[in-house]
Amino acid sequence: MSLMQRSSPHVMGRNTTSRIMLWVIVAALPGLLALSYFYGWGYLINTVICVVSAVLAEAAILMLRKRPVLKTLKDASAVLTGVLLGVTLPPFAPWWIMVIASGFAMVFVKHLYGGLGQNLFNPAMAAFALVLISFPLPMTTSWSTPEAISGEPLPSFSQQLSHNLEWQAYDGITMATPLDHYKTKIKRLTADELAQTPEYVAGPFYGILWVNLAFLLGGLLLLFLKIISWHGPVGLFTGLLVLALPFSADADSAMPVLMHLFAGATVFGAFFIVTDPASSATSNRGKFIFGFGVGILTYCIRTWGNFPDAIAFAVLLMNISAPFIDHYTRPRTYGKPKPVSGYKLPEESP
Amino acid sequence: MSRVDRIWPLPGGIHPPEHKSESNGRPIARLPAPHHVVLPLHQNSGLPAEPMVAIGEQVQRGQLIAKGHHPVSALVHATISGRVTAIEDRPFAHPSGLSVPSIVIESLSDQEAALSPEAVSMAPMRDWATETKERLVSRIQEAGITGLGGAGFPSHIKYLGQRQIHTLIVNGVECEPYITADDRLMREHATDIVTGTQIALKILSASTAFIAIEDNKPEAISAIKAALVAVTDTRIKVKVVPTKYPSGGEKQLVYLLTGREVPSGDIPASLGIVMQNTGTLYAIKEAVVSGTPMTERVVTITGEGTPNPGNYWVTIGTPIQDALAATQVAVTGNRPRVIMGGPMMGYDVDITAPVSKVTNCLLVPSATEFPTAPDPDPCIRCGLCEQACPANLLPQKLFWNAVHHEWEQARLNSLSDCIECGACSWVCPSNIPLVQHYRFAKAEIKREAIETIKADQSRLRFEQRQARLERDAAEKDAKRKARAAEAAKAQAAKAQDTPSTLDASAKDAILASVARAKAKKAASTGPVTQEALENTVVLAQQAVDKTRVKLATAVSDGLPSVEALTGALQKLEKRLADAQSALQSHTETGDAP
Repeated sequence: MSLMQRSSPHVMGRNTTSRIMLWVIVAALPGLLALSYFYGWGYLINTVICVVSAVLAEAAILMLRKRPVLKTLKDASAVLTGVLLGVTLPPFAPWWIMVIASGFAMVFVKHLYGGLGQNLFNPAMAAFALVLISFPLPMTTSWSTPEAISGEPLPSFSQQLSHNLEWQAYDGITMATPLDHYKTKIKRLTADELAQTPEYVAGPFYGILWVNLAFLLGGLLLLFLKIISWHGPVGLFTGLLVLALPFSADADSAMPVLMHLFAGATVFGAFFIVTDPASSATSNRGKFIFGFGVGILTYCIRTWGNFPDAIAFAVLLMNISAPFIDHYTRPRTYGKPKPVSGYKLPEESP
Repeated sequence: MSRVDRIWPLPGGIHPPEHKSESNGRPIARLPAPHHVVLPLHQNSGLPAEPMVAIGEQVQRGQLIAKGHHPVSALVHATISGRVTAIEDRPFAHPSGLSVPSIVIESLSDQEAALSPEAVSMAPMRDWATETKERLVSRIQEAGITGLGGAGFPSHIKYLGQRQIHTLIVNGVECEPYITADDRLMREHATDIVTGTQIALKILSASTAFIAIEDNKPEAISAIKAALVAVTDTRIKVKVVPTKYPSGGEKQLVYLLTGREVPSGDIPASLGIVMQNTGTLYAIKEAVVSGTPMTERVVTITGEGTPNPGNYWVTIGTPIQDALAATQVAVTGNRPRVIMGGPMMGYDVDITAPVSKVTNCLLVPSATEFPTAPDPDPCIRCGLCEQACPANLLPQKLFWNAVHHEWEQARLNSLSDCIECGACSWVCPSNIPLVQHYRFAKAEIKREAIETIKADQSRLRFEQRQARLERDAAEKDAKRKARAAEAAKAQAAKAQDTPSTLDASAKDAILASVARAKAKKAASTGPVTQEALENTVVLAQQAVDKTRVKLATAVSDGLPSVEALTGALQKLEKRLADAQSALQSHTETGDAP
């Protein structure tokens, strides 16, 4: 008999961390493919650069932290962060933005807080915010224009690759994102006039709607596999709609509700960012409140703030609040009259 | 749907592979009577019993051999006829692996056995419906019946409660994988279980009984239903619950069937509910109707390490290794590994320990059946554990609390409401042994609570002693003062009588007595030790150093306290010098030991 007494349970389920990460990566693929279809090779090239640099950055910091490198890399969380960054960064942005973003995400956001599961902030969103603020020019002028809008074909793979690696700049047509475009133009035009602008001749949702639907498909897959729960995404949509329905009723003065839902990063954020377990709230109620807060903040920043899209900032702000939410959303335990909420001082013994 | 038929779905829960078909296909077989039995005097719950037999004494199966004085201790009966060969500490099938005092009985030789009666039993109560409740309860107690499902709590206690009971729940859920003892018992003894239920209903004066069975036991369900049709008792209802682990947990099943929750820290009786395992009700029926004390039970022997998995009537007290050998399991030394109970909540046992009243399953896994869990990965806070927790806890928070020794937070996160079902560990993608962390935390919290109580007691003891000493001193002081006043009065009276002044001889006498008193006082304080003097010097030195530092700061900051500090420093330096000289003279005079 071994000296170590084994105790129950003696059996384990088959689930593993890497399985979860791999499924999230798989679920993000339809979105990535849709992006590449409408906006060119840039997204795929970016994703590859991001994945490679995220993995290398994680390997380096693991060696510095004297942690097992291969075992940790095998959990595929670095690959996932790379993929999430790849689909969020602009397709015409230069390679070093990818490298900086991935390195920052891995080293500063993830491992300086203790590694997998310990990070306070969502690595992909924190890195996105960093490069957006640090390099506003390439980050706002590197968005691709679909062929149906510009009338010109998307760059070929080699053209895109040389451009992104800064060997030879491709003189392609870039434009603002749909949200950005609507936000700036609606100040001078009515919604009908706006629909006549070249960007919207093919429809305000051209391309981006399909991208959002592809991410929705991936999200539903994750829900089906029970890898994510519905609370976060539903919270986000609810939060966004609570403000969008009353304030965005007039399409001539504000962005329509449907654009809020399907013309930005809303669906991607709802299923791939808000559901990040480490940096979100814990309980089901907490996850809903977390998502709800992201929805509210996203609407506020999009409408009254300086940035066209706001998922990243909204998520980061809610990340800070997650521990606080946790303390006020403990579930009611079986047999207890009400949940314990907040910090409680120990009861004085009589 | 009426409230009676409704099922309230359990939050959380898991669906591990059931592994029931290995052992539930064949009827319950009877293992041959063992050569010897070991009967622990300490049952799983309750207080130990005291032996009523001596070594060498001959006993019959069913004879009472040990009894506790406390109501919460079950009686111990001889489970085979034979001779008491030892009363000593023997290993006990318990997670602690501890040994407890036990009575060992060896069976008689064939000739001896032929001469002695086979077994003793109590008078059957065939007309139990006309018996009083008290007599039925004492029969349950006399038969030594304990709960056969879980903790082995003496059963009669459940029938002695003061609270009004309206519902009896018969637990035939058997949600643990591998175990099929209750399943087979329900299939083969449905009528007996129904009779046991009726007896229990009578004792409790309850109006309703629910027999709960998981929907993965269709044969047991139809057997019980058929038995119910035969007796036409409208109070008893079968409730089929969906297969899900841990539906058979007491608190979980109460909720599943009634939609009500047992208050934290309380028992189902607070809701007017009593729960009994099907096996217990079978034993009650046997004790009441046939007068047979509890000497055997159904045990599932299963796992990839058993050539003949199935259910067996096993004599209580049979060493586990003998029971296994009787089913052709190869036993060598302390192999194979045996888990008592199922894979989710069972525990490894010493195979020399005996089968007890709570042994529902002996699980003998093959080397590959329950592989050692790989090293845990970091928690990614995925929350799957929370979705699986049947008690609505936050398992990952409790995990962090346990890792960081945050006992107060663990308490806020309701650690004590964890039933250790293991559902969280089962779903954890990072293979974190969560239940083990919770057990550790619970043990630590308990230890700290005990230490706090101990510390409180010592403090109280100290304070009371201080108070006593002070009171004594005050009393002495008061007496002394009273005496002095008395003396002064007498003196005054005397002075009035003889107004002359004291003469020289009287003065001398007073001075001499004062000197004596001084000498006495000096002697009572004892000789000055080297150590005490050294201490004085060190303390004085420290005080001087401190004051010097203070003075220096005060001077540099231009504070008004400079003057006062200078004065104090001078005094302290003098005190230091005095102490040093005292020490020196003490050393020189050779007083040192």
